[in-house]
Amino acid sequence: MGLEQKAGDMGIVTARLEDVVNWARTRAMWPALFGLACCAIEMMAAQAANYDMSRFGMELMRASPRQSDLMFVAGRVTNKMGPVLRRLYNQMPDPKWVISMGDCASCGGVFNNYAIFQGVDEVVPVDVYVAGCPPRPEALFHAVITLHEKVKREKLTKYA
Amino acid sequence: MSEEKLHAAVQAMSERFEAEVEVFRGETTLFLAAEKMPAAAAALRDEFGFDNLLDASALDYWPETPDLGRFHVFYQLFSMQHYAMLRLRTRLDNANPTMPTLTGVYPNANWKEREMWDMFGITFEDHPDPRRILMPYDWEGHPLRKDYPLGYEEIQFTFNFDEINQRKPNAKGLR
Repeated sequence: MGLEQKAGDMGIVTARLEDVVNWARTRAMWPALFGLACCAIEMMAAQAANYDMSRFGMELMRASPRQSDLMFVAGRVTNKMGPVLRRLYNQMPDPKWVISMGDCASCGGVFNNYAIFQGVDEVVPVDVYVAGCPPRPEALFHAVITLHEKVKREKLTKYA
Repeated sequence: MSEEKLHAAVQAMSERFEAEVEVFRGETTLFLAAEKMPAAAAALRDEFGFDNLLDASALDYWPETPDLGRFHVFYQLFSMQHYAMLRLRTRLDNANPTMPTLTGVYPNANWKEREMWDMFGITFEDHPDPRRILMPYDWEGHPLRKDYPLGYEEIQFTFNFDEINQRKPNAKGLR
């Protein structure tokens, strides 16, 4: 049953506001350019031609956090970088989401020592964790699709 | 040709600055006293053509020698004109690991010596920029010393899941 049959002659479609807002938010989520280490290479590979991230509306990564919705924390975060990461996260306007890409950002990865944060969720709230060292571009897309499903279930009052 | 130049330099060094020479598998090392390092490096750079400082770092021999000669500092020199490599090495005590800086002779020793200060706690007199370079500026301790703890976190299994989760206030979506 297509849109024309539902709209009929009037050309009007009604839906819940929540659904429309969440649909709009998922279809053009702009990521912030935040590649830290090796996972950044896989993020670039996912952005490039073969595995294309602009299918999901992420045509390019915004260099400024103030113009982005999504932050891929791609790579390990050191003690020195932690406050910087938090500051950039604070500079992102609502609504914002964080995907923790790779093992180092999710749980510290192979680096269990004094210098690396054991999981970036010590600093910023994470929505989706991606496992892998580094995660393949397909895994990253699975994370993006999971985030889309999570956003579709969000209530309108979350950012009201 | 480079062998002779290297030999000549080593000979002159061992006479003038009382250096012990050690040759191991084709690599020549000169052991010096810490105070003589800048003069020796300047002589090597000006007279013998060792114009390149390739690398400079430190070694920690704790607990073999906990008090005397605990740290060894080495500077790897290279001569582009004669294609020869030479290493200068000093021993520093644990109580006060200080030595004069080589930034006046080789400017690229600046960051290398900052790294040595950060990781080992070796101070350099008259260093133009004595700050930490790898760790945060207000970090306490010198991580690459052998008696520094690894600082690892307990692995989060199910039995200690809640205790560790309390340290992660931003971890939402997990129970």
